[in-house]
Formats: sequence, C-alpha cells, structure tokens
Amino acid sequence: MVGMDHKPASAEVHDPATSARNARIGLMLFAVYLSLYGGFVGVNAFAPQRMEQIVWGGLNVAVLYGFALILSAFVLSLVYGWLVRNPVGGGSRDGKGAGQ
Amino acid sequence: MIYDPNWGALAVFAVIVGFTLAFSFYLGSRARSASGFFAAGGGIHWFVNGVAFAGDYLSAASFLGICGMIAFYGYDGFLYSIGYLAGWIVALLVVAEPLKRMGRYTFADALNSQFQSRGINLAVALSTLAVSIFYLIPQMVGAGVLVKPLFGLPQWVGVVMVGAVVILIVVTAGMVSTTYVQFLKGSLLVVFTAVLVVLILQRGFTEVDPNDPTVRPLQPQTLTKTADGRKLIDGELQGKREGEHDFRTIGHVLDLPGEEKSTGPLGPLEFFSVLQNSEVILWKAGAEQVDENGDRTIVYTPQPTPGNEILRPGNYPSFKGIRSDRFLDKLNFVSLMLALFCGTASLPHILIRYYTVKDQASARKSTIVGIASIGFFYILTLYLGLGAMTSGAMDVTDTNMAAPLLARSFSPSLFAIVSAIAFTTVLGTVSGLIIAASGAVVHDLMASYFQIDMHEHNKVRVAKIASVGIGAVAIVLGILFAEMNVNYLVGWAFSVAASANLPALVMLLFWKGTTKQGITAAVLVGMVSSLGWILLSGDTYKAVYHLDPADAIVPFSQPGIVTIPLGFLTLIVVSLMTKSGRADRSESAEALVASN
Repeated sequence: MVGMDHKPASAEVHDPATSARNARIGLMLFAVYLSLYGGFVGVNAFAPQRMEQIVWGGLNVAVLYGFALILSAFVLSLVYGWLVRNPVGGGSRDGKGAGQ
Repeated sequence: MIYDPNWGALAVFAVIVGFTLAFSFYLGSRARSASGFFAAGGGIHWFVNGVAFAGDYLSAASFLGICGMIAFYGYDGFLYSIGYLAGWIVALLVVAEPLKRMGRYTFADALNSQFQSRGINLAVALSTLAVSIFYLIPQMVGAGVLVKPLFGLPQWVGVVMVGAVVILIVVTAGMVSTTYVQFLKGSLLVVFTAVLVVLILQRGFTEVDPNDPTVRPLQPQTLTKTADGRKLIDGELQGKREGEHDFRTIGHVLDLPGEEKSTGPLGPLEFFSVLQNSEVILWKAGAEQVDENGDRTIVYTPQPTPGNEILRPGNYPSFKGIRSDRFLDKLNFVSLMLALFCGTASLPHILIRYYTVKDQASARKSTIVGIASIGFFYILTLYLGLGAMTSGAMDVTDTNMAAPLLARSFSPSLFAIVSAIAFTTVLGTVSGLIIAASGAVVHDLMASYFQIDMHEHNKVRVAKIASVGIGAVAIVLGILFAEMNVNYLVGWAFSVAASANLPALVMLLFWKGTTKQGITAAVLVGMVSSLGWILLSGDTYKAVYHLDPADAIVPFSQPGIVTIPLGFLTLIVVSLMTKSGRADRSESAEALVASN
C-alpha cells in the first residue's frame, strides 16, 4: 500500500525562487478569498436583513453566499495547485526537477 | 431523555470500533523511533494525508456540534461550517509550504528554525498544551454524548471510555496509526454523511398533527430536579415504567406551503425553498427556576417559527446580537468569525500533519485534498442539521445528540454505523491532539527547553507517559463541561490558537525584523490574553460559573478581534525593542541553509 512503509522522508532542497513565486501567488489568491469572506462576515454583522433576501431558485443570500464561499475555497485551492505545479525555471512537476 | 440500549446497534458499533483499534495497533507496532511516533517518519502519501486532514479536522464539533446547533437554531450553525472551511485557505495559501520547509516534529520547530531559542520552545509548548486541552474538552464531551443513546449509560462513562481507548491507541502506536485511523474515519464520515443527506432528501418534509396525543408538539415540557436528587418530567418521575414519564421527542414541521401534508422526495435546492416557506417548531429552554424547597425547574417551550427565519443568521443566543443595534454584539460575531478564519492554520494537531509527508509539494497537495473533503462535508452539514430539525427524533435537552438521533430516525443499523463513525471521529481527533500535546512536552519542553538529553527510545517512552497524563486531564474536563455545545467550545480553542500562534507564524514568514524575543512575547501574550478574555467573558460567567453574564468584566465573549491584533502588535513592538535579535536570526538562517 502506498505510503505504508514510512521510511524517513528524503531531504528536500529548498529553492528560494520557487518558494517566493508560490508565496506571491498564494497571497494574491488569499486576498481574493479574504475579500469574499470579509464581505460575508460584514453583511451578516452589519446588514443581516440582506441575508434573508431571496435571490435565486427560492434560495436566500445566506444559503447561496455560504455555499459559494465553500465552493470558492475549493476552486481557489485547485487554481493555486495548478499555478505552482512546476518549479521556477522549468523541470518536472512537484519539485522533482531543476531547482528542487 | 432515557435511552434503551440496542444490542444489534451495539454489535455493529463494536465491529467498526474493534476493526479501527486492531488496525491502529497493527500499524503502531511498526513505529519505534521518535520520528515514527511524532511524524510517521514523513512517509505518508499526500492523498492519505489529505483525507487524514479531514479525519483530524472533522471532529465532534463538526459532526455533533454543528448539526445540533443547526437542528435547534437553524442557519447559525452553518456559519461555523463556513468559518472552519475558510481557515483552510489560510493554511494552504500562507502556511503549508513554509511550515513543511521549516519544521520537523512540532510547531515549535518551525517557529524556532532560525533562532534556536529556548524561550520560543517554552512559549510554544505552553500554547500547544493550552490549545490542545481546550480542543480536547469538546471531543470528550462529544464522546459522552454518543454513548448515552447507544449503551444507555451516563455521559461520564462515555468520556472515560474514549479517554481510555485513546490513551491505549497513542501509547501503543503514535502518528502512523493515528494517521490511518483518521484516514479511515475521515472517509467513512464523509461517505455516510452523504448517505444520510440522500435519505433526508428522499424523506422530504411531513406536517405533524398538532393534536396528536402522543407527540403533543405544541405542549411545553418541564424538567424538575428535586432537592433530594429525583428527576421529574412534567411533574412525574422520569422513567420508562408504569406511572413514570420521559421527555417527548421534538423536531416537527407544523405547516408546509400550500395544502400538502407531505412533500415526498425533494431536490437539493428544492429542500431549502420548501423549508423557506414552511413553519417549523423550534424549542426554547427557559432559565432555571429554583423554588423554596430547593427544587430546580426548567421549562422547554415550543416556538413555531417561519422557515425564512430559520434560514437566516441571528437565532443562536450568542449570535442574536447581530440583529440588535448594539455595536459590541456585532463585534462579538465578527470576532468569532475572525478566530475561525485564523484558527485552523494555528492548530497544533493540524500543523504537525504537515510533517508526515515527504516534501512541500505533498504538503500542498494533501491540503487541497483536505479542502475538497472538508468542504464537501461542510456543505452537507446544512442538510444534516435541517434534516435533524424536522426528523421528529430530537432530544429537547441535548443539542449535541442531533446527528445520531437523526440517523436513528431512519434505522437502528444506520444509527449504529453513524455512532461508531462519530466515536472513531472522536478517537482520531483526540489521538492527534494528544500526540501534539505530548510532542510539546517531550520535544519542546524537556528536550529543547530543559535540555534533557534523551535517546530516541526514551523520547517515545516519555511521550507515552505524557499522553496518559494529558488523557487523564481531558477525561476530567470532559465530565466538567458536559452540558455545553461542543461546537461553541471549539470556537474558544480556535480563538486561543489564532491569538497565540498565528501572529508569530505569519510575521516570521513575512517580516525580516522578527526577533526571537518578539516571537516568544507574541505567543505568550496571545495565549494569556485570549485565555483570560474567555475566562472573564459573559458566556463563561453564565455557563461555567453560573453567574449573571451582565457582571462579566470583558465587554463581549469572543476574544479574537482584540487578542489576535494584540499578538501582532506585541511581536512588532518587542522585535523593534530587541533589534539585535535579528543578527541571531540571520546567523542561524545561514547555518540552516549550510546544513542542507
């Protein structure tokens, strides 16, 4: 079974350029999510009556916005995983190539 | 309510839990080194680790607490689902890869990777212990909840059972078995929650007859605890025998849209639109009244509530303030949501899971798998809670029982399976927490702070002894806090974790001016201030000290909005005051790079 042997992890060589690129992309996507989440919290706290409004398919803002936040977290995580899949300067995927 | 044991359900429960334990012991026999005990040798596959993240994270709070909160108060419980999931974005996009790069066994390793400071080890070890114990309390309370309907035993027996079994798991195994228990349990939890939701949608909603003499859905219920220790329900002795009385189950739809009495199967979106236009009977527990004989009485009152009020925020007592004009009440809500957002990436038992995979790419990929599994589960919680609310099977006295009782409303077998999964949920989470706490004791406190020279074998042995002690503390606290909603208790753990750990971690990653003194001070100030705030809050006054919450010293109950910024501020001020510490950092960093 994969992962059952539990041998010591191989020492990973740190590539500052790749780490910096990943951090930059991570922070950009984080800012996107933070604005979505901040908007949700703000509306709940300071305009809760807006959460009751029916907007689509008989669903109110509270249910739709809540589901959208959960789904957008998943979508953003996939986007991040795709954008940082290769190390800076080329090489194979997942840190097995140049610079890693 | 009084629960009769169901032997068939017990057998199914015993098989699932027994298999989990046997699996755990088998794997545990293969982990002998400290690396194996604390971090599974860094050899867990990223997919397994991702699902194990879900197993670790979807604790009693998520399964029992959120479901119960939604079942009794509506949408508000779902706010926790949203906050818990949002925290994973911080974990993935900000913390995961650097943490994997910097650490080895514990969270302190990461914070200390560039300083080698004993002060950081001490501060982080204390915060890890504080957060782990805070997080352990609701898990143990949840364990007691599960045992009540399944075995017909008192809650404290369940707490002791879980405590004993978990101590056994951790002492015989360590991180490898904990990981696979969590993988197993995370998978089962998500799959069977989905099964439950399909059944909820298939069942749809059915109106209750308000004049049904058995259900009596609109009649209040009273619980009297007499001074001589008896329990009376509606004035009669509680029991199942002739002349005795027990609580009626609750959770009914009073009115559906149009003339129909039952909807039949509903689609996933139709479920909400129908509920939105229905009327459901919620229940409210009144304040405890004490008469001249010393008898204490609580009256539970039915509250017919329109569906559109159920599907909006602001019904849960602690969230009612968002509908008031009082700014501090709104701030209390924002503070909780901030703590949930920041807390995930600060929980020690979650952070140590990044050391069980081999590299940063695996850390990233396992987090994405975790977000997918956890996000899917949290979407289901809204269906689960609302399904429980309308199942006619709830216990009016206990919000935490909603999910197991919902399962029992479908079939005893499903109830047994769901209870067993929930029980393994508690086992998995508690195991992870105890490993994180024992790691803090052995690795951060004894080996690093007190600089006690220990061989690998001794480290594991001392960690196991520490696990027994931490488990015992958890058992006692689980019994003491038995009556609180487990989800609410976890909210506190998130506040402490976010206040103590996140400022130090984020500033270390993004500010070159961070010094070891700054980190130590930020962790200590964040931990002490958040703990102090909670202990002096209105909610604690009411639920723990049984005092008037209006007398509380702090202006609102959730500390995050004050104590998280305070942690950041402390770190910046202390780092600026101890600028020479930067030299330590750069030298250490160079040494670290050179050693690679």
